[in-house]
Amino acid sequence: MIQLHGVTKTYGKFTAVHPLDLHVRRGELFGFLGPNGAGKTTTIRMVTGVLRPTAGRIVIAGHDLVRDPLTAKRHVGYIPDRPALYEKLTGTEFLRFVSGLWGRNGDGADRRADELLELFELLDWKDTLIESYSHGMRQKLLITSALVHSPDVLVVDEPMVGLDPRAARMIKDLLRAFADQGGTVFLSTHTLEVAEALCDRIAILHGGRIRAMGSMAELRSEAAAGTAGLEEIFLRLTGEEHVKELVAAIRAGGSAA
Amino acid sequence: MMQAGVLDLYGPKWRAARRRAADGASITRTLVLGGVGLLFWSAVFALVYRMLLYFRATPGIGELLALKLLGLVLLSLLAIVLISNIITSLSTFFLARDLELLAAAPVDGLHIYAARLLETLIHSSWMVLLMLAPILGAYAVAFQAGALFFVVTLIALAAYLLIPAVIGTAITEIIVNVFPARRARDLLALIALLGLGAVVMLFRMLRPERLARPEGFRNLVDFIAALDTPQSVWLPSEWTAQAILAPLGVGGSIDVFPAILLVSTAAAFFVMGSWLHGRLYPTAFTRAQEGAERRDGEQRRTASLEAMLSGASVTTRSLVAKDIRTFFRDTTQWSQLILLGVLVIVYIYNIKVLPLFSGEDVGFFLINVVSFLNLGLAGFVLAAIAARFLFPAISLEGRTLWLLRSSPLRLSSLVWSKFWVGVTPLVVLAVALTLGTNLMLRVSGFMMVISLSTITVMAFALAALALGFGAVFPKFDTENAAEIPTSFGGLLYMMTAVAYLVATVVLEAGPVYQILRAEASGSGPGTAQWIGLALGLAGAVALSVVAVVVPLRVAVRRIESLDH
Repeated sequence: MIQLHGVTKTYGKFTAVHPLDLHVRRGELFGFLGPNGAGKTTTIRMVTGVLRPTAGRIVIAGHDLVRDPLTAKRHVGYIPDRPALYEKLTGTEFLRFVSGLWGRNGDGADRRADELLELFELLDWKDTLIESYSHGMRQKLLITSALVHSPDVLVVDEPMVGLDPRAARMIKDLLRAFADQGGTVFLSTHTLEVAEALCDRIAILHGGRIRAMGSMAELRSEAAAGTAGLEEIFLRLTGEEHVKELVAAIRAGGSAA
Repeated sequence: MMQAGVLDLYGPKWRAARRRAADGASITRTLVLGGVGLLFWSAVFALVYRMLLYFRATPGIGELLALKLLGLVLLSLLAIVLISNIITSLSTFFLARDLELLAAAPVDGLHIYAARLLETLIHSSWMVLLMLAPILGAYAVAFQAGALFFVVTLIALAAYLLIPAVIGTAITEIIVNVFPARRARDLLALIALLGLGAVVMLFRMLRPERLARPEGFRNLVDFIAALDTPQSVWLPSEWTAQAILAPLGVGGSIDVFPAILLVSTAAAFFVMGSWLHGRLYPTAFTRAQEGAERRDGEQRRTASLEAMLSGASVTTRSLVAKDIRTFFRDTTQWSQLILLGVLVIVYIYNIKVLPLFSGEDVGFFLINVVSFLNLGLAGFVLAAIAARFLFPAISLEGRTLWLLRSSPLRLSSLVWSKFWVGVTPLVVLAVALTLGTNLMLRVSGFMMVISLSTITVMAFALAALALGFGAVFPKFDTENAAEIPTSFGGLLYMMTAVAYLVATVVLEAGPVYQILRAEASGSGPGTAQWIGLALGLAGAVALSVVAVVVPLRVAVRRIESLDH
């Protein structure tokens, strides 16, 4: 459903993403992990068509994202990390606007918006300007907007930020159900427990390159980690030494004080 | 333990500003800004210097006039600086993103106050200082000032600018204690624009053009001499004027009292300001963090907007409806309409006071020529309006480009929808203005047709230019739409727009002049004149088509290439 063939992104002399090849299947919940600055968000923004890759091809539902961007984008719903919204629109107006961008309108689109608003407990706020929303409410509205046009693919960057435990649980159930019903989820997160519990396959990105990719069992064997959890595997693959040094430095600072 | 001092707190801002300036520096930018600035400075310097020479040659009251002139300038600037401080202090004291860090740090409240006051003062006063530089330079040259003049001037200006900074900050702290910060920002933006509009209107109604006539200087002397302003004895602007001019020997012996009064008042204001800050700021800052109160959108108007656009495609309808809604709900955007109103009133007033119908009969030739030149002026008004409303259009989408870029939306549709939303009211305004002023000028039918069709074409070109320049020079890091046109890109747009207007007027002026002359001579225009007119009009239309097509294409390409 999502195919990346040699996808690269450079900024001047700096290469943020080295040639990247991966294939996310229909009905799969794919986790994309990596430390800060690994190139996760850059990759996600290329997959959603926000950024153009410097080289390589991205194919969504059989459509090349560069050659046929409009058809490819029709299949995707995108939930970015801490995005700006239109502060002076109401929740309903924002969803209607997003539906319009995906070419949907009328009673059907409004009904779908209302259903999602009810699901995310935003119905009472639907006619309130977004500027009055709390951080969690904005995040919920954003997730609603990614689902309002019924996409086949969900691209999600850090979905749990700012959500209360109840809403976070709802998102986890929603993403799993979306994949179980044949949808494809490309999920980037720092919350390793979420990735371990939800994802069918996981890729670990470091320095703009994929260090490991596969199911939890495959990752364990790749990292020679026995029965270790995802956190241990993640640290082994992305530089455990740094964490140990950090802990030592904090201890030294604490004893000096 | 050492505490962070005022300079430590202001340091990051200063370094950030220096880096921003270094990053944005390019030869073109430096040359354009430097050239425009130098031109402006030279003009102000020449005007003031000429006036001062004239004053010095006026026995008896010459020096008093020089003092009054500086007092007047400083008084006007004091009002502007006060408004500017009120607006700026809302950002520096309540909306800045680093405030939370400062609030959590173990830093003395007085140090935070002083650092933020310094930042507010610099942000709101640098333009005034640039304005004052050629004026004070003219005083220095005209009165052959010594070193003392410059030392006293620096101290006096620092004190003069500190007072409105303290008052402006205090007003903002009081307002935020009453309204939430977001509401306060809307309110302050509105107050500032109304104030600015009033200043522009008042200035225009004074009819400064009268001073340009040879007998004007006599009037200026009368005018300034007649300004009996006893109340200004209590104003810091007056003390500043007296303190600055004292080393020049204006008013006889050197009087240090105004300088002492000014500096001690500024110091007293700072002490009172910091006391008030200690009392008000904790509650005001807490209120500012509480966010805006719950505000609903107007459902009835929303429904009628949807109905109005029912003929367009779903995507266009969504984009247009969103733009119109956000425009009328964002105070920093809709309040620009006040400036537009002032601009239109001033423009119509300009036409009304033209001495065309004062007494003797004026031939239709002169009236028609004036009405033709009126096109250039109307075009300038439209360019200024397009700078306010169309130039910021792409910048305002900056933060939400993630949504537009990830949606199956053709970016050309985005640019075209912005273009139509902007150009439609612009054309209506252009036609209404030109029709109205042409009727006031009683122009011929021929000129009416020429000017109405030209202004319509001009409106399209100016709108496209504004959108194109706005896309090439976007300013994504602001929430205030009013700030966007004052950027370097805005200046370049205005310069290009004026060049386009001049080129169009020049292309049409020759052939139209030939036809009017033939009509005035009674022989009537011949084939050569009509061919000339056709060529001139074709040239103007071709130029305008280029001015529409090229910027819109550039805008689309630019948005596509934005790695935002």
